[in-house]
Amino acid sequence: MTTSWPIALTVNGRSRTLEVLAHHTLLEVLRADLALTGTKECCLVGECGACTVLVDGESVDSCLMLAVEADGAAVTTVEGLADGDRLRPLQRSFLASGAAQCGFCIPGQLVSAEALLALTPHPTKAEVEEGLAGNLCRCAGYEQIIEAVLAAAAAELPT
Amino acid sequence: MNGDGIGASPERVGGLARVTGRQVYVADVHLDDVLHARLVGVPCARARIVSVDASAALAVPGVRLVLTAADLPQPIPRFGPQFQDRPVLAVGEAKYHGEPVAAIAAETPDAAEAAAALVRIEYEELPAVVSISAALDPAAPLVQDPSLRDGDPLAATNVLRLHRYGWGDVDAATADVVVEGTYTFPMVTQFAIEPHGFMAAPDGDGIAIWSAIQHPSWLQRVIAGLLDLPLAKVRVFSPDPGGGFGGKQHAKYEPLVAFMALRAGRPVRLVLSLEETFQAVRRGASEIRVRSGFRHDGTLAFRDIEANYLIGAYADIADRTVAKGSYTANGPYVVPAARTVARSVLSHTTPSTAFRGFGNPQQIWAVESNMDEAAHALGIDPTELRLRNLAHRGDAFIPGDTPADGEWRTVVERAAEMIGWGSPLPPGRGRGLAVGLKSGPTTGLSYSTVRLLADGSVVVNAGTSDMGQGARTIFAQIAAQELGAPIEWVSVVMGDTAVVPYDQQTSASRSSVLMGNSILNACREIQAKLRAMAARAEGIDPSEIVVDRGEVRIGARVLPIRDVLIRGLGRLGGELIGIGEMRKEAEPEHPLGGTAAFFEFNCTAVEVDVDRETGDVVIARHVTVSDVGRALNPMQVRGQDEGAAVMGLGHTLMEQYIYDDAGRIRNLGAIDYRIPTSMDLPLLMESDIVENEDGPGPYGSKGMSEGALLCVAPAVAAAVREATGVVIRDLPLTPERVWRAIQDTAARPEAAARPDAEPGPRAAPG
Repeated sequence: MTTSWPIALTVNGRSRTLEVLAHHTLLEVLRADLALTGTKECCLVGECGACTVLVDGESVDSCLMLAVEADGAAVTTVEGLADGDRLRPLQRSFLASGAAQCGFCIPGQLVSAEALLALTPHPTKAEVEEGLAGNLCRCAGYEQIIEAVLAAAAAELPT
Repeated sequence: MNGDGIGASPERVGGLARVTGRQVYVADVHLDDVLHARLVGVPCARARIVSVDASAALAVPGVRLVLTAADLPQPIPRFGPQFQDRPVLAVGEAKYHGEPVAAIAAETPDAAEAAAALVRIEYEELPAVVSISAALDPAAPLVQDPSLRDGDPLAATNVLRLHRYGWGDVDAATADVVVEGTYTFPMVTQFAIEPHGFMAAPDGDGIAIWSAIQHPSWLQRVIAGLLDLPLAKVRVFSPDPGGGFGGKQHAKYEPLVAFMALRAGRPVRLVLSLEETFQAVRRGASEIRVRSGFRHDGTLAFRDIEANYLIGAYADIADRTVAKGSYTANGPYVVPAARTVARSVLSHTTPSTAFRGFGNPQQIWAVESNMDEAAHALGIDPTELRLRNLAHRGDAFIPGDTPADGEWRTVVERAAEMIGWGSPLPPGRGRGLAVGLKSGPTTGLSYSTVRLLADGSVVVNAGTSDMGQGARTIFAQIAAQELGAPIEWVSVVMGDTAVVPYDQQTSASRSSVLMGNSILNACREIQAKLRAMAARAEGIDPSEIVVDRGEVRIGARVLPIRDVLIRGLGRLGGELIGIGEMRKEAEPEHPLGGTAAFFEFNCTAVEVDVDRETGDVVIARHVTVSDVGRALNPMQVRGQDEGAAVMGLGHTLMEQYIYDDAGRIRNLGAIDYRIPTSMDLPLLMESDIVENEDGPGPYGSKGMSEGALLCVAPAVAAAVREATGVVIRDLPLTPERVWRAIQDTAARPEAAARPDAEPGPRAAPG
């Protein structure tokens, strides 16, 4: 249980090598070992989506992935979406649409939406609803979240 | 005046941090040298604790502390907002599934988890009561130790309190038609996506606490009392909650981590799992019998309500939710005689507490469902029946309380028009409409300070918690409007009792009204200082100067506040400080201790599609209209209304705790307890507001944020009835429940016409 493993991964473009415990999840390592607390912890069973990150471009519940499984991968967290002070179109449209209320689910919503738009650049409303179905929002700001994703897709803003 | 002032929808203050992952929630706060805590309980609802053996747990490397009740001061410290009945750790008897009996603090979460499994609790399982009928059985075991209720005639029962409200003589009232039914509402949980987090650390000769609490000042008082410290030696940090919904009101495990931190001499951090939040907070379940008497023309003759709310093992604020929800149970109607008897019934379950709507959704489910049944019994359109009985502005619809403070019929008419009330529907579809009313805060005290800095930028200090409702944005808009600063030049500081003055709490949709007025008052004080400043500079009397909405007017000249400020402050610079205060005084003779500061009023109308083969209910259209007085920020108003509407669909269609015979919650966590996702939304959501600038808040605003949740369930149930002919009086309207009701009705056609209506005239029994 306490065996450490060396892993090397890229997080938000930065190469990291670290020793992780075999049973620690990617979520634990991101939050505790790398101090990237933008990725949130809620249900720990892959139902709420608060911990969603991109692993090699695919959205993943980081609570369900062991850190050792991310060895060699490129991980993007919410902190890695913006380029310095240049926000991604989705971040801008979330702000403009009032999509972030308490904000706790928003990192996961944004990362899931990035993954959705990468696969489906011009989704229908139903496709957005399905694409974000794994991301719970108890403020239930879904209408404004969905509008924000559609607006970002429609704007075709340069990234 | 700028484009971000009142009535505009600037970007959320704090929004940038929320979309970049930089917003710091309580679990994101890093403290050096912190110990990680875990709770240890017993796997049943009720048990006598025989002994706790911590030796194996203490032997786990990294474990620094295993705390039990025996390690705490004796008698054990107890706390609670209404009754001080809750021990810091279970003592003698554990009273609900999940109640902590011991707590571990260790160097790592892993060590704490390993140690938690090694605490040996010897216990004897005892019979538990987890339902209203079981708790009210005269032979039922007592949940609460009667010695804690000295002098209380109900101490030998599980009824914590019995409330009686009403007016007129219900027993003498006669009616042409009497409609009665019993309506149940399940236990549901707040399910903030941010699980509760608590930290404490020794802080000089005092203590610091971190909690996503909805009232840092009140928590400061609780901790100071328990630790026998002066208020000034307790510093509470309350980072913005990641959703509160009432579940982050009132101390839960803050006292425990405080004692642990003092014992360990180090910071201690406890972050609950989602499952543990289910065992920490929920809404009270209810069983409510409603008898309503009507004249043939639909006029209400009397209303008689008996309500039992199933609260938990400790009182928390649950009894207050029972009182407040029941006091307004008759709703926004004028009725000559009304009687409500309401009990808060203790049980061996998760303590119920505040939850958006605060005791009202349960009553509104019952009374509005009853109104719908009455409409059918009377042969009157359900919307028309409501309009016929609705209070007009100024009506003393609750004698002795604040008169009706809105033109509520315009809200109903708007909703009916939007849903197309009365127009033909395809088969399988149904429409339903209901109204919801909730009393705002009955007392309140909000201080604020506003600082106009030398360059014209502004710092607002307010003890409100911004848990998603957007209080920071509203406060910044007020300050920007009054002091002429762009909203980007306003900082709103919250969440640190060493910096921010007293605020009673963030609850009852109060903050825009009470704290908003407090901030407005502070801005007005600064405006007075600016007048004096300009008068000195000009050598004229201050009465010749007007400061309004960011401008200084001297005769025909109009100067920006900033110019007057910079000139007036002179070489030393400095700042102008305004102190705001807003009070809603207690009225001791009032049944609730105070009249309503305002009423929230909402009308919800839905159109549903019911699949008779599966019982699945699809909300085809959801119309929600709220009277908000004035929308200070329409985008945030919409977010709150539509979010409340969808949260209401949760308890209407899918949410409920399921208990087993041992009193354990069987569906703990996100897999087995479902809340609405993006796939569960109404196919079309339409929200609207009525603005008459008739509220007591800044610029005519009223509190909002709870209204759109209040009457979702009865509106949906009425629509399901219209679609299927089936009356359902129990929530949630799961596919199974709807399907079974359809089957039962098909088997017994007479059940479909079951509004329990009796022909009158008839006197109500005593």
